[in-house]
Amino acid sequence: MRDVDEPVGAAPEPEPRYKLTPVESAFDQQQLEVSIGPQHPSTHGVFRMDVTLDGEVVTKLKPVMGYLHRNHEQIAERTTYLGTMPFTDRLDYFGSLANNWGYALTVEKLAGITVPERAEYLRVIMCELTRVVNHTCVAGFLLQDLGAWMTPLVWALREREKVLDVFESVTGARMMCNYFRFGGVRVDMTDDDLAVVQKIIDEYPAFLDEFEALMTKNEILQQRCQGVGVLSKELAISAGISGPMARASGVPYDVRKVDKYGIYDRFDFKVPLGEKGDVFDRYYMRVLEVAESLKILRQALKDMPKGPIQDPKTKIRNFRPAKGEAYGRIESPKGELGFYIVSQGDKSPYRYHVRAPSFVNLTILEDMCLGHKLADAIVILGAVDIVLGEVDR
Amino acid sequence: MTVTLDQGFVQAYQWILGVARDLGLPVWLVTLLSLAIPVVVVIAIYAGFFAFLTWLERKVISRIQNRYGPNRVGPFGLFQPVADGIKALTKEDVIPAGADRLLHWLAPCVVVVPAITVYALLPLGRNMTAVDTDVSVLLFFAISSVSTLALFIAGWASHNKYSMLGAMRAIAQMISYELPLVLGALPAIMVVGSMNLGAIVKAQGPQATGELFGGIAHWNLWTPWGFVGFVAFFIAGMAELNRSPFDIAEGESEIIAGFHTEYSGFKFALFFMAEYLSTIAFSALASSLYLGGWNGPAFLPSWLVLFLKIFGLIFVMMWIRSTLPRLRVDQLMAFSWKFLLPLAIVNIFATGLWHVLPRATLADKAVAWGAAALVLIPTYLLLAKLNGGRATEQRRYRYADL
Repeated sequence: MRDVDEPVGAAPEPEPRYKLTPVESAFDQQQLEVSIGPQHPSTHGVFRMDVTLDGEVVTKLKPVMGYLHRNHEQIAERTTYLGTMPFTDRLDYFGSLANNWGYALTVEKLAGITVPERAEYLRVIMCELTRVVNHTCVAGFLLQDLGAWMTPLVWALREREKVLDVFESVTGARMMCNYFRFGGVRVDMTDDDLAVVQKIIDEYPAFLDEFEALMTKNEILQQRCQGVGVLSKELAISAGISGPMARASGVPYDVRKVDKYGIYDRFDFKVPLGEKGDVFDRYYMRVLEVAESLKILRQALKDMPKGPIQDPKTKIRNFRPAKGEAYGRIESPKGELGFYIVSQGDKSPYRYHVRAPSFVNLTILEDMCLGHKLADAIVILGAVDIVLGEVDR
Repeated sequence: MTVTLDQGFVQAYQWILGVARDLGLPVWLVTLLSLAIPVVVVIAIYAGFFAFLTWLERKVISRIQNRYGPNRVGPFGLFQPVADGIKALTKEDVIPAGADRLLHWLAPCVVVVPAITVYALLPLGRNMTAVDTDVSVLLFFAISSVSTLALFIAGWASHNKYSMLGAMRAIAQMISYELPLVLGALPAIMVVGSMNLGAIVKAQGPQATGELFGGIAHWNLWTPWGFVGFVAFFIAGMAELNRSPFDIAEGESEIIAGFHTEYSGFKFALFFMAEYLSTIAFSALASSLYLGGWNGPAFLPSWLVLFLKIFGLIFVMMWIRSTLPRLRVDQLMAFSWKFLLPLAIVNIFATGLWHVLPRATLADKAVAWGAAALVLIPTYLLLAKLNGGRATEQRRYRYADL
């Protein structure tokens, strides 16, 4: 049955979201449609933006995703609970340890597993190191998008190498760490590893100062970033934006503070907030958060107890949680990373879903880019901080 | 006649022509020879210089970025340019479907010609100017601006949207920066009263024998108008050469490679070569106008002095390139039209003042400096204030109470 009020025929053309100012000219005028990506140096992987340009100004932008779709959720519903752990590494491959934690946390919530003290500290140390590395490199990538000829990026990657060396010596892998287990972690950190971490933390502030002297105070960077891609607080909340991007828009939301998962209630750290919500705030939010993460790391290293790293009651192999469902979330470097698992008591979950922060943060791209130049659109995308492994899953 | 290092090239040239005459070759052949020798020598030496420069740029930027740079081919990777050249020559030359084949082929040829031609006008050493005309500065700008056309041909013929965007940006940028470039060169011409580069260089040379560092005190750079003129000229020149932070026409992170996105193999190498040759030529012009050209200490041959000055300027460009982010299109235009151009125009007035005022005694000199400063400093401050609408803001961040 048709509804009486429903119009017959083709749907009317939707109002354009960005209105042009018409120019008097004898020439034919036409807008240029450019497909940026999936092969483009600055789309951070295989992401595509279908952009309509009026001269250099973006009048329409359509994000196109799915080039890296790997059926992650379906695979997880066919494999064992433990077997999914290494797959989560591949979601946000820049911070695999955070994904591990999100998944482990959810399964622990589902099966009611407790985690020993030392393992909690190890988790915090590894995750905060990931955050430090991620935020530093995002600042580097953003400056690369601004055209700063690799120098900031390479400087950031130099610091990343040091942390990756720690990951390698502890977990055996530099990027795909597969470190977490339900009820603990896989291997313990030796005192040597902890000494290396301590050294990295001690040296990091000097690097941050150097980085800021090179970049934050640069007038070109400030002019390029300030007032570009403004995201209002209201829009950020209603679009479900999380992580540094939401905080740059002034949304006081950090899952580490809201949920206090793990042992985050024991650490003294602050959550910085931006005021304008533009690209510069998003960039600087990450620099400030690195400093806060270093604070957490310093406290964690000081208080770390001795003890077991794995809950002895949990059977990791042939793991079958009881019937039920759970949603666990953590503050990944990109934002709120959530896992939803429904168990029927089998060896694999009945339903498994990932709430990827990169994906949700990306949905707002058009609203931020409209009316800006093409060069700004690239920078705005860079400041969102996406990893395509997570966006497409 | 003693052969000196300084005049060796000139003497060899004269000797070859003398031998040719003695052999009884017809006059037209000798004339042709006299034209061909400088062309061949300049192209050979500066093409080698270009190859070395690609290596140097990669090395310098690598060191700034905590990397080693090329170090596989030959000692310190010195033969890397050779390997790159072979690669470019043997690579497939792709012409995209839908491209205008003739124009696509023509653009790299057109871009190289002005880049090489301008060398004829430069005084590359004492008595070493291939074509010594009275309007060499003007001719330099006239010839080098042809390269803009080549960039647009390349962007148009490629049948690619990124190339088109790059070509549009190149046109807008190069036309805007041509003005401050020429106006930045004007003070040096005004003071000497000649457009001949040789005369401009000679005017900056030692006025008496045995002066410090070959008359470094007479460089145009050490005058108020010379300093402002040089800065305006250098910045406009970097924009003209598409060097970072003004590389919006290539804009790697935005429009992939701009106008030469669709070029591969040797055609791409030609674009690359034209860019570097223009950089060298521009640095030579900047040194001739403001840094004393080939004038230097007596123990160094004049052509080597110019080489060193070119290197110095190019090193600064590499340094800037590896440190600064790129400007946006509108910021680039605003900087040219609203800041650089008015400053260059006022600088011409300051030059006139300086030229009219007496500068014989120390007191006179102080008056002349004061007058020029009185014109230039308020202008700078005023322009900075007027452009301050887009100035950056300092921000304070608060912390959430969670």
